[in-house]
Amino acid sequence: MKRKALLLLPVAALAVLLPLVAPDPSTTNIAVFTMMYVGLATAWNIMGGYTGYISLGHAAFFGFGAYALGLIMVHLNITPGYGPFFLVPVVGLLTAVLAVGIGWIALRTRAATFVIVTIAFMFMMQLLAENLVKVTGGGGGLGLPYPHDWGGDFFNTPYYYAMLVLAVLGLLTSWWIRRSKFGLGLLAIRDDEDKALAVGVPTRTFKLTAYVISAVLVGMIGAVYAYYVTYIYPQFVVDPLIGISMVLMAFLGGLGTLSGPVIGALLLEPSQLEFAYRFGASRLYLVFYSAIFLIVILLLPRGIVPSVRDLIGRRRTAKGVT
Amino acid sequence: MSLLEIAELSKRFGGVVAVDGCSLAVADRSITGLIGPNGSGKTTVFNLVTGFLPRDRGEVRFKSRSIAGLGPDRIYGLGIGRTFQLARIFPRLTALENMLVPVRRAGLRAMLSHGQWRHERERAMEMLEFVEIAHVAGTVGGALSYGQRKLLELAAVMMAAPELVLLDEPAGGVNPALLEKIAEQIRKLNQQGVTFLLVEHNMPFVMNLCDEVVVLHQGKAIANGKPKEVRENPAVLDAYLGT
Repeated sequence: MKRKALLLLPVAALAVLLPLVAPDPSTTNIAVFTMMYVGLATAWNIMGGYTGYISLGHAAFFGFGAYALGLIMVHLNITPGYGPFFLVPVVGLLTAVLAVGIGWIALRTRAATFVIVTIAFMFMMQLLAENLVKVTGGGGGLGLPYPHDWGGDFFNTPYYYAMLVLAVLGLLTSWWIRRSKFGLGLLAIRDDEDKALAVGVPTRTFKLTAYVISAVLVGMIGAVYAYYVTYIYPQFVVDPLIGISMVLMAFLGGLGTLSGPVIGALLLEPSQLEFAYRFGASRLYLVFYSAIFLIVILLLPRGIVPSVRDLIGRRRTAKGVT
Repeated sequence: MSLLEIAELSKRFGGVVAVDGCSLAVADRSITGLIGPNGSGKTTVFNLVTGFLPRDRGEVRFKSRSIAGLGPDRIYGLGIGRTFQLARIFPRLTALENMLVPVRRAGLRAMLSHGQWRHERERAMEMLEFVEIAHVAGTVGGALSYGQRKLLELAAVMMAAPELVLLDEPAGGVNPALLEKIAEQIRKLNQQGVTFLLVEHNMPFVMNLCDEVVVLHQGKAIANGKPKEVRENPAVLDAYLGT
């Protein structure tokens, strides 16, 4: 345990000092998005990884969070600056209300049906954002006020730290759940839900709680994203690709593990942004994503972390034997 | 005194009547066997009692309180544990983690705090030692042998100290040595005050272990009594042999 903490120390120091070490906007921009996906994949893993309920519609909460902060800022004439960051927990609360309602319905289903219900819910959210023109601005998008006095190298820094705080919050939540009896109940649901019921696990309450925690984190990250990009459109914030990306990152790193989604996000997001820089705004990176998905399914079906853990375990056993 | 009472319980699946006005009682601190030919409705009765299936008609009372309509988790919380026909454990959790999953009357604090685990871990290790599989505490469930899974399932059910345990074919697919071990553990737990209702096809196992036997045929309880009495009951012979 102590060795692990010592290993984490340089990583944590790098994460905290990054904007000071590499302050140029192109680097910090990559850092903002990478940290965003560390948070998203970690949050998604609390539901999808621990319970085995694969939600492909979490982008709905991301978009909801983005629009919630945007609308609050626009309608309440919030002055841009550090103030909007303090509204992010309010967005979290609003997302929780939405997630309770959606989860209450969606979690009556299991397996493939659950996946389809979550996708349908995401498209409903996208349609609402597109068609409630008077509220959201529809396809024309919604502009958020942005802090004019933050300029040059500094502009990305507050957003980076906001994303870092949310990612750390997600990781701490995930760690604490994994070590609690509640977390063990979630893993039991993943393994055999009926058996979990038979030994007293209140599966519906547990699943709904995990779903809401996961959605709240995603909603809050969506809010910071909206403030960062300053202009949001339905198709770019309630974007299936955002939902799929967080799932892919969790799969790549290792479903149901604490560090897996982090590793997945650290590997995939910078590579995806590199693709975007090299090949312009084309969606060529989707080919790269498909290739990664194939490799994961064929070679690392359990993800990097469990596979490496198995490898180390086998080597140790082999050493012990010889 | 009866710990569990079932009155006029019925369940239909489409055109098939699986349980047809079944009534029986399980005495407190007894080991009661529920026997009957294949398709007589034994497992359906288990599923109805433990809330896995909704009943069409009838009443189920545990400690004189109606439990019909409650979900499986609530029923376990009241003190009724169960095992399944094919041993069901959590394959990706270790044996020790399997022991720690059961939840009974747990509040929010117990769910979220880490400190209360210590006591539960100690009890889990004691139970694993009781069923003699403490040496595989750190092994994932999926890597255990079938016999070890059977023992783990029994030990895990006992974690929340249920008053009544429903065992679905505890002797199914088990070798004679392990069978004797399981019987011995059931007897020991019974001596500690746990009541058992078990479904079983292995007649010598039932006759040696049970205080009372209830015979089910076509969804109805057609006989009950001491093992010896039931064995000689003409209605039972007729149900089994079709004579």
